[in-house]
Amino acid sequence: MTMAIMTETETTENRTSATAQVDLPDEKRDPPATIATELGATVGNVRCENPFVVAENIDVYYGDNHAIKNVTLEIGKSEVIALIGPSGCGKSTFLRCLNRMNDSIESARVTGKITLDGQDIYGKGLDPVALRARVGMVFQKPNPFPKSIYDNVAYGPRIHGLATDRAELDDIVHRSLERAGLLKEVKDRMDEPGTGLSGGQQQRLCIARTIAVDPEVILMDEPCSALDPIATARIEDLIDELSEDYAIVIVTHSMQQAARVSRRVAYFHLGLLVEVDETDKIFTNPQHRLTEDYITGRIG
Amino acid sequence: MQSTTLILLLAAIAVSAFYLGRSRSLALVGGPRKGSALHSLPGYYGYFTAIWCLLPALAAMLIWISLEARIIVAIVISGLPDAQQALSAGELDLLVNNIRNLAAGDVVSGALDSVLSDAAIRLQELTSISRNMLTVLTLGLAVVGGVVAWLRIKPDFRARNRVEHIVLIALIVASSIAIFTTIGIVLSVLFEAIRFFREVPVAEFLFGLNWSPQTAIRSDQVGSSGSFGAVPLFTGTLLITGIAMAVAVPVGLMTAIYLAEYSTSRVRGLAKPLLEVLAGIPTVVYGFFAALTVAPWVRRAGETMGFEVASESALAAGLVMGIMIIPLVSSLADDAINAVPAAMRDGALGLGSTRSETMIRVILPAALPGIVGGILLAVSRAIGETMIVVMAAGLAANLTANPFEAVTTVTVQIVTLLVGDQEFDSAKTLAAFALGLMLFVVTLLLNVVGLNVVRKYREQYE
Repeated sequence: MTMAIMTETETTENRTSATAQVDLPDEKRDPPATIATELGATVGNVRCENPFVVAENIDVYYGDNHAIKNVTLEIGKSEVIALIGPSGCGKSTFLRCLNRMNDSIESARVTGKITLDGQDIYGKGLDPVALRARVGMVFQKPNPFPKSIYDNVAYGPRIHGLATDRAELDDIVHRSLERAGLLKEVKDRMDEPGTGLSGGQQQRLCIARTIAVDPEVILMDEPCSALDPIATARIEDLIDELSEDYAIVIVTHSMQQAARVSRRVAYFHLGLLVEVDETDKIFTNPQHRLTEDYITGRIG
Repeated sequence: MQSTTLILLLAAIAVSAFYLGRSRSLALVGGPRKGSALHSLPGYYGYFTAIWCLLPALAAMLIWISLEARIIVAIVISGLPDAQQALSAGELDLLVNNIRNLAAGDVVSGALDSVLSDAAIRLQELTSISRNMLTVLTLGLAVVGGVVAWLRIKPDFRARNRVEHIVLIALIVASSIAIFTTIGIVLSVLFEAIRFFREVPVAEFLFGLNWSPQTAIRSDQVGSSGSFGAVPLFTGTLLITGIAMAVAVPVGLMTAIYLAEYSTSRVRGLAKPLLEVLAGIPTVVYGFFAALTVAPWVRRAGETMGFEVASESALAAGLVMGIMIIPLVSSLADDAINAVPAAMRDGALGLGSTRSETMIRVILPAALPGIVGGILLAVSRAIGETMIVVMAAGLAANLTANPFEAVTTVTVQIVTLLVGDQEFDSAKTLAAFALGLMLFVVTLLLNVVGLNVVRKYREQYE
């Protein structure tokens, strides 16, 4: 807690100089050290070509707890970006800002601006329900509804009226299951409960359920943390395939996973976005001491 | 010695046994610092000694006290002159009672003679001897038990396992008390019901349409033939239960949905305790409310709409019973809704469902087993509810489905059959037990079905 308060004051001090965040790190770096050590401005490159989701100066408070501090990050179209960092660093909180899932928490307050394809998602006219149809989410623990496999996937299209008749709905369900790589395993038992599948199958069912709504962005909150390595590998392959069509933001605790699936990596520490860069660069040549410490296993 | 003194003494012995056992275990290994050389913590050796001090002594005391009176009376009777011994069982009972009363210093019936006073003196003597023997036996057993246990203490003696085993047995005994009581209640109702069915055929009771339990005392009496067709009671019970559930289920369920999903924590913090107040109102108070406020209101409202309404109507009783059950339904449904994992809610919201879609399509289906179980419990509560219907539903056993008429329920009839001076072997009185048995069977079935429904669907969201 004392640590959090300390960094918070540092952040506010730095906020005035953080307007040109992107270029700052190189100038601010101490000449003798090759690596940044102070907290505050994000090092690396928060911008990307062809940005689709843009978060500017996001702060999140849970009551008095300042969970996310002045985070700016761009997420490109059809790229996979991994959010990594020690537990409690705010990466999941940031993820949940992107589809306004924090709205359901009474004490949560979000400031700053997030745009999705140029549209302010915290703007007045925007309906969070419609937003969540565009920004799908896969959760840490597979959470299929206590319904049949078919009904699980058909749930989203039904509530959003995406299919006009049964044939069309069947088509959406089959296509989604196919894309999630689950169709072969379940096509003969579509009426059985989704909860009867194995953990990995359940998670792929949840992914199928998410893509059935045809979102533009998929958020994944540690999607493999409850799965065994084989199921994990299948999900990772799936993420790779899906990245052709969707922007994917994945929170993960596994550095290997981040290295395998993502094009860019964002490292969070105590609510601050410490460093963002190409995956290769982060893992071979991190620019910030904390990032280096985390990926080499000294903290976390 | 007085029983209380004896028990206090026993307690004192047990406490000292605890400390003796504890210190012996420590002394055997060479002081508190070497406590780790013992198999169990020193306290367990203390408990072990104390338990062996208490258990045999208490068991002996219990057996002694339960047999004492019978043995003493037998000895006194055998000491009576032959003339008295030849008396019939009933007269002998009377005599023994007189002897007891005399010994206790109470008034006796009949004349006081030497036989009676001798026997009373003998009874007093025997009682005091028995008390002394009991004291010696109990205290002796306590000391012997304690010493034996104390001697058995060795560093590698598994005192913890022994003590935990005894605790386990105590737990089993405690839980079987409830079970045996239930069995006892069922059997007592069952046997009386069987006596009833010897006089009235089961078929007549179950399918007869006429309930009029007044039986003739004299053979020439008219109009009190006694007719035990319970169908009007069952339909009355069903009607009132149905009305009550029609009130309680929607209102309770919607309350639960609002409190669990929509209300802010402040509203919830206010509304929950208020609902619990509603649950805490005694049913007899609901009865006043039903009879004095709701029933006249129903009557007036019905009359303005052109219905003929009895002053004691099924509707009034059902409405008030429904209100009484609202907290039960809402708190059970609230529990069921809250038991649905947050992941379900998040999953549905994350797919772009509105709150109401999330509620109707995901959370309610997932919570349904719990809700159904809660409703079945509420039904059995409604069927068994007595006070409100006694006060507001009336006594007339009308076979009707009209909620504006007076009806009567199984519980009301049980009350009226057993209130006041009744001879205990008439069909009229025994009918109460048959009704009670029916009620028991129905609520048992409902509870079994309810629990099974809950269990069957419970794993759905693991």
